[in-house]
Amino acid sequence: MDSGTLAIEVNNISKSYGNIKALDRVSLNVKRGEIFGLIGPDGAGKSTLFKILVTLLNADEGTAKVDGLDIGKNYRDIRSRVGYMPGKFSLYPDLTIEENMEFFATLFGVTVEQNYELVAPIYKQIEPFKKRRAGRLSGGMKQKLALCCALIHKPSVLFLDEPTTGVDAVSRSEFWDMLHNLRKQGLSILVSTPYMDEASRCDRIALCNTGRVLDIDSPHNMVDKFNGNLYGIKAKDMFGLLNDLRTNASIANCYTAGEYHHALAGSSFNAQELKQNLEEKGHSNVEIKPIIPDIEDVFIKLLSNEQHQQQ
Amino acid sequence: MISFLKFVKKETIHILRDSRTMLIALLMPVVQILLFGFAISTEVNNVNVAVVVPKWDEQIRQSVEKLASNPYITFKGEITEREIDQCLRSGKTDAIVVFAHDFDKLITQWKLNGQGNTAMQFIMDASNTNSAQAGAGYLNNILAGNLMQSNNLVETHMLFNPQMKSAFNFVPGIMGMIFILICAILTSVAIVREKETGTMDVLLVSPVRPITIILAKMAPYFILSCINLATILLLARFVLGIPMSGNLGSIIVVSMVYLLLSLALGLLISTVAKKQIVALLISAAVMLMPIVMLSGMMFPVENMPAVLKPVSAIVPARWYIDAMRKLLIQGASFGLILKDFVILVGMTVAILAIALKNFKDKLE
Repeated sequence: MDSGTLAIEVNNISKSYGNIKALDRVSLNVKRGEIFGLIGPDGAGKSTLFKILVTLLNADEGTAKVDGLDIGKNYRDIRSRVGYMPGKFSLYPDLTIEENMEFFATLFGVTVEQNYELVAPIYKQIEPFKKRRAGRLSGGMKQKLALCCALIHKPSVLFLDEPTTGVDAVSRSEFWDMLHNLRKQGLSILVSTPYMDEASRCDRIALCNTGRVLDIDSPHNMVDKFNGNLYGIKAKDMFGLLNDLRTNASIANCYTAGEYHHALAGSSFNAQELKQNLEEKGHSNVEIKPIIPDIEDVFIKLLSNEQHQQQ
Repeated sequence: MISFLKFVKKETIHILRDSRTMLIALLMPVVQILLFGFAISTEVNNVNVAVVVPKWDEQIRQSVEKLASNPYITFKGEITEREIDQCLRSGKTDAIVVFAHDFDKLITQWKLNGQGNTAMQFIMDASNTNSAQAGAGYLNNILAGNLMQSNNLVETHMLFNPQMKSAFNFVPGIMGMIFILICAILTSVAIVREKETGTMDVLLVSPVRPITIILAKMAPYFILSCINLATILLLARFVLGIPMSGNLGSIIVVSMVYLLLSLALGLLISTVAKKQIVALLISAAVMLMPIVMLSGMMFPVENMPAVLKPVSAIVPARWYIDAMRKLLIQGASFGLILKDFVILVGMTVAILAIALKNFKDKLE
């Protein structure tokens, strides 16, 4: 693929902090006008990759291009073209909403009025409080303000590092709606999140863990690719059940997932036999039902596959 | 240019909205000047003196009267020889004058021949060497100096500060200390705060050059320090009565160079420190010690051991304090402080260059 259709191009990027490998030969491409999600738990290397792509950190190995520009040679040009919202709230708490906006606009040599249209749908929600200092805003409002400030210079690529962490469920959902609106206006967005349930809001996702990309695909395909039967199992004593399931030979993998334990069926799996077996071990109210896997199940399966390969 | 001004405006808002810090920054010089000017002084006042008189005569009466009427002496009366030890130990007196048995005869002898036997003895409490020395000097002047009026061998004149007021000595020192403290602490903390809160990341991922960020940070603190400079000079002139006999223009020019140097130092600290508390510790603790100990503010550079003299030469405050002493108190012309000035300019340029080179536009 040529860089004309790619917003971000990452080739074998590695980065270590001392002995800790934060990124291990990571490669991915983000197409123009796409919302690409980096999904993974803390320590997956998401923030490090962001910092490398917005040219705050130098990679140890590998190359990358943002908006067709090399992150090493053209880092100054990249800086004026991207919008970056770091994981931590990074606006000035002692400045008002209005002052923060104006400051970030002048930082990029534009005025708030110039690009008002782009931020208007988001900014209108916080505009009534524009005289309030940013430090006294709620989590959701801070996040909206931060997004406005990252957008005010009309970037071509938007980098959002865990924008929904620490934000309530309603605001999170609203936030994703906003991102879809922005995508319609042609922005390419790289967004990271530790919440697996947000993966479905992305066009494509990369599942990552401990500095490695496990798989890249659309959320839909990821789930489709899940080969194996997944069952939800519950009983009265959930903790004892988990132990018994994990030692059961007919179950390949079992983990907690809310109301039901999720169990990946092995080759010798038979629901009826398992139920009997569990009841013999003293479990009451045993319920076993097939379930449709979600991204979290995919992630756990990929992870255990990888561990098996390593062993 | 517009973005620079906006930057300065933003920094100014930061300062103005942090009223506590601003208050400290503006009040610290006033408090320091007044403290050192009035409360803390190395002058020795109120030396408590008692006398031991074996046999009163006219000469002794005159001497005791002179003692009692001297403003630096508090006369504690007559005691007996046996009480001397107890008086000094209890701290009731700092010094005791013991007159000779035949005091008037000895004095007459002295007056006639200009020499003779010991006529009196000062017994000093030397647990505080400073006050003991000063006290002995006073007593010598009051009692012996007058007696030997006829054949004064040495005549001393205290120029520039005839009353030996310690405020004269301290004001240049405080100026040297306070500008480093305020400029270095405030700028370094202001820059490191942006690193700590993560706003520096956002600033860096923008077309703005680091030099703009830095200059905009320094500008409001420079103005704040100029206000401090004005306050200090006004207080020194009108409250402490320092002559300010030097050229005001030179005083201001040299001070401004020193302000820039202090700001550059703050900048340099900010490139090393990652946390505000570290920046604060470096600028307060690490800077303050050499300034107080090695700059000549308290202890004359000439008295330092040979090892420490070169160390003191790299303390910028030493040159500034030296220049200010000459300008404020001696009324020296600019030519006489040229060496100090050139050294200060050189240091400013060097520190600024190192700081700018150290200031990275990446995180590592």
